[in-house]
Amino acid sequence: MQIVEPPLPEPRITFGGDEFIFCEIDEAMSFSANFKALAICQELARRKLPGIVEIAQANASYLVRLNPDEIKPQKLMDELKEIYEGTATAHLTFPTRVIDVPAYYNDPWTHECLMRFRDRHQTPDKTDLEYVTEINGFATTDEFIAAHHGAPYYVSMLGFVPGLPWCYQMVPRERMLEVPKYVRPRTDTPALALSHGGAFAALYPVRGPGGYQLFAICPVPIFDPAQQLPDFQDAFAVFRGGDILKFRPIDRAEYDAIREQVEAKTYRYRMIDVEFEPAEFFADPDAYNAGLLARLYA
Amino acid sequence: MIDVLEGGIATTVQDAGRFGLYHLGMPPSGALDDFSFRVANLLVGNNETVAVLEATFNGPTLEFPQDTVIAIAGAELPPKLDGEELPTWTALAVKAGQLLTFDFLRGGARAYIAVAGGFAVPLVLGSRSTYVLCGVGGYEGRPLRAGDTLPVGAADLRRATALVGRSVPAAQRPAFSKEADLRVSMGLCDYRLADAGRHAFLDSEWTVTPAADRIGYRYKGAKLSFVPREQPFGAGSDPSNVVDVGYPIGSIQVPGGVEPICLLNDAVTGGGYATVGTVISADRDVLAQTKTHDRTRFRAVTIEEALAARGERRSRLDLIRAALAA
Repeated sequence: MQIVEPPLPEPRITFGGDEFIFCEIDEAMSFSANFKALAICQELARRKLPGIVEIAQANASYLVRLNPDEIKPQKLMDELKEIYEGTATAHLTFPTRVIDVPAYYNDPWTHECLMRFRDRHQTPDKTDLEYVTEINGFATTDEFIAAHHGAPYYVSMLGFVPGLPWCYQMVPRERMLEVPKYVRPRTDTPALALSHGGAFAALYPVRGPGGYQLFAICPVPIFDPAQQLPDFQDAFAVFRGGDILKFRPIDRAEYDAIREQVEAKTYRYRMIDVEFEPAEFFADPDAYNAGLLARLYA
Repeated sequence: MIDVLEGGIATTVQDAGRFGLYHLGMPPSGALDDFSFRVANLLVGNNETVAVLEATFNGPTLEFPQDTVIAIAGAELPPKLDGEELPTWTALAVKAGQLLTFDFLRGGARAYIAVAGGFAVPLVLGSRSTYVLCGVGGYEGRPLRAGDTLPVGAADLRRATALVGRSVPAAQRPAFSKEADLRVSMGLCDYRLADAGRHAFLDSEWTVTPAADRIGYRYKGAKLSFVPREQPFGAGSDPSNVVDVGYPIGSIQVPGGVEPICLLNDAVTGGGYATVGTVISADRDVLAQTKTHDRTRFRAVTIEEALAARGERRSRLDLIRAALAA
């Protein structure tokens, strides 16, 4: 089954005070809106204009922070409109990475946490996993879990807290899992909990509040401000926008074995560099994903 | 080194902030009242962006093992050396062994304590600012407590000593009030607001709730209505939800249409609530000096007005820079 993306509407671009410009490519999430935002952010970075403080791509929008003492906000907005018109995404390709992310589904730590917050949930008498299974029309929790890790995810945005990836599954929209967030957010979530909210999977880098449905935990850190682990030499966060993540189900024994390697600071994520080709992916996502994973696990 | 005998309610090391990492989810942190932070440094002869202490609502108790020069700017939090009250916005000589305490807060919310040479905690990802939520930067990533020992950088003590007794004229200091008028540029996702919601936002008097800290300020006062819509794919079911976006510092969101939240330097960098406007850069200093129960109005301005306000703020700072350089 191919992926047919809706056409993009006229973008909305506005000032966020005198130091920010925000551009919403589309109100709805789509791969096309994300790739357009990515292409604009890459082109803006390439131009190396004075006074650009931050370039932050989001799911279907982007945000730029500027220093108005160095570049006039109106001048930058005009330039961003010009970049929008000039970036064709039809034949876009970009370098990215495919990364293996071990995930222990139905683990004791997220289970302990979610049971403490049943009063904030849609179904106090069911677990998060039972709830998301039911509302996505699966017969068993195992079927939901199989669908959750069955196809890789595209990192469409980083943020909320440092290093947190928003992950958009690389399947046609009809097969995407969609789940509501908690009725009232939890005040606690274990670090490295794998969760789902709306159309996005998210991996919590640190312990803290959260509202996504919980059902798995990952053994390997994704945030290391001290940059001590081998995969953090270049940055405090392991994932980048545009990365492709494959959640790989593991059992308790493998979880414990990986934790030992993390404690010894020897664990390395399995990852490969690839040139991502959106047109090929849209034409046959399952075959394209299978090709990426064959190379990752070769 | 400076010894911390009491940390205060929330005293953290802050500098001008941590930049270039927003796309990875790292907020800037840094002094909330950037104007007062810079003036505190200028008064002790520092480069104006070196690290200071940001003290919230009350002050720490500090003991100085060596002679140095300090200055307190920002909130009206009167310093006392060995019990003797001294002026704020003034370069003060400190003798080895003296104890710095503070009297009760008389106005504003955040005071900036600068020391000649600056607070030399390690640089983390390009800044000494404390980001408490993730334990990044500052003194061990957290607010100060009793028993901490703060490293101080190399100071030009001759220059600092020459400044002792100099102060910022009253006319150039910010005035603190329990009623703030904050200028905002409307925009971002404000198309989600219904006309009645936009009017309620701009015409209501808002009160700062107890949820007011370096992450953000929450206000109460009115309910805002949104335009009805069919939910866009991935946006979430509440009318105040959008497909997750990046949040500007100073941006205002209204989860569920109640209690607007203005995000500040330690906020989440993005999320799924519609942002409706942004406090202009010149007024972030003003916001940072408000506190729970203070009243606030949001007034819409154009980008030209925002830039004019920024220029006026810079002129005020330039006057102080020139006076203290002379």
